[in-house]
Amino acid sequence: MGIVTRGFRGRRGGGDVKLPPGQYLETGFPVLSAGPTPQIAPAAWAFEITTESGEEHRWSWVELQALPREDITVDIHCVTKWSKLGSRWTGVSLDTLLSGIDTQASYAMVHSYGGYTTNLPLDDLRNGQAWVAYGYDDRPLRPEHGGPARLLVPHLYFWKSAKWVQRLELLTEDRLGFWERAGYHAYGDPWREQRYAGD
Amino acid sequence: MAATLLMHVEGQPAGLAGQRVEVRLTAEDGYTADREYSLARSGEPDRAEITVQAIDGGEVSPFLVEDIEVGVELQVRGPIGGWFVWRPEQTEPVTLIAGGSGVVPLMAMIRARRAAGSKAPFRLIYSVRSRDEMFYRSELRQPDPGVDVSVVHTREAPEGSPRPAGRITVADVNNGGWPPDFAPTCYVCGPTGFVESVADMLVALGHDPHHVRTERFGPTG
Ligand SMILES: Cc1cc2nc3c(=O)[nH]c(=O)nc-3n(C[C@H](O)[C@H](O)[C@H](O)COP(=O)(O)OP(=O)(O)OC[C@H]3O[C@@H](n4cnc5c(N)ncnc54)[C@H](O)[C@@H]3O)c2cc1C
Repeated sequence: MGIVTRGFRGRRGGGDVKLPPGQYLETGFPVLSAGPTPQIAPAAWAFEITTESGEEHRWSWVELQALPREDITVDIHCVTKWSKLGSRWTGVSLDTLLSGIDTQASYAMVHSYGGYTTNLPLDDLRNGQAWVAYGYDDRPLRPEHGGPARLLVPHLYFWKSAKWVQRLELLTEDRLGFWERAGYHAYGDPWREQRYAGD
Repeated sequence: MAATLLMHVEGQPAGLAGQRVEVRLTAEDGYTADREYSLARSGEPDRAEITVQAIDGGEVSPFLVEDIEVGVELQVRGPIGGWFVWRPEQTEPVTLIAGGSGVVPLMAMIRARRAAGSKAPFRLIYSVRSRDEMFYRSELRQPDPGVDVSVVHTREAPEGSPRPAGRITVADVNNGGWPPDFAPTCYVCGPTGFVESVADMLVALGHDPHHVRTERFGPTG
């Protein structure tokens, strides 16, 4: 146990919920980003996957909407300590988007409109673990939460779920993204409390 | 109500203006609560200074403001964050826009500028409900050459004030900050809704989104 803070009792409650270490339960939906919220019209939006050999695959907004959609109900965990249970999303699975793409890559760099980047192992985007989400709570995803579309990778800290997602760059070697270069953990597993580099 | 806490820390780096620390409180039975607080002053080895606003019904902030006593031990981690920072090497104009307790990391930047003898021209726009809720009032009233301060009162304007009480507007941002032509770096900090609207105003005024850095303190939106 750490140093006891004399006089501090804290507030209990939510005790029957299993949260990752250090997280608290949040019922609102906080907004965290590094800069202003980009306003992107769906007509001007497209999603791309580029492979390590430079092959490009591109979906316009309309093309993305035509792909099989999934409703996803998941818990999300932000590195700033809040967790939100049972958040409801609509989107297209990365399995759908990656199917038929020929790649030997093990890593992905996610690029967003506005220049944000974040890195993940490609395996973490496969097998029903990741989506390009465009709906939240049966409504279009709002711009401050990453609309028109964001990545959703709920098993990692939420900074990996890049807002305003634009492109997935497949890589044979890992590279660090925006927050990862600023001292955050390269992988970010909330259950292992991988918040900062060195955790 | 708010309070500034000066914490003696062992073996922690001094930090940059704009960085924050994570404070962990532990109850006798091992229960812990962690919260983040911006450093109110950077560059002091073995010391961390934070300014905390007591949130009604909050778990941690009322304890830090009202109950904690000198000598009580806390765990402090950090400093954290390498993006929402101002470094003395920066020479471009700087616009700082604060809502409420969001002034804390921006005050750290003003203090860092002063400590470094920097000539970078600063402008601070500080939005507060009323005069009484202004942090660092006497320090901000002292003339600090190269730092212009304008205050926006949202609930209650002081007597004789030319601007009626009301939320921050595009005109406030335009008049109190540097024009986009000067390519200032803009730091915006405060509650989520405040940061959202101010950042949108900056972009609408023609500021390059890459020069607008934001930090959101909650409450949740
Ligand atoms: C990067 C960062 C830097 C921060 N720096 C500072 C700082 O310098 N000074 C400071 O006072 N706070 C700062 N905060 C906010 C701080 O971390 C806590 O959120 C705040 O002190 C409330 O904690 P609490 O335990 O009292 O409230 P909680 O018990 O966590 O929350 C109680 C209720 O208050 C709401 N709430 C939480 N935070 C706020 C808020 N800021 N304003 C209004 N309502 C709120 C919650 O949504 C909840 O409904 C910072 C937050 C971040 C993310």
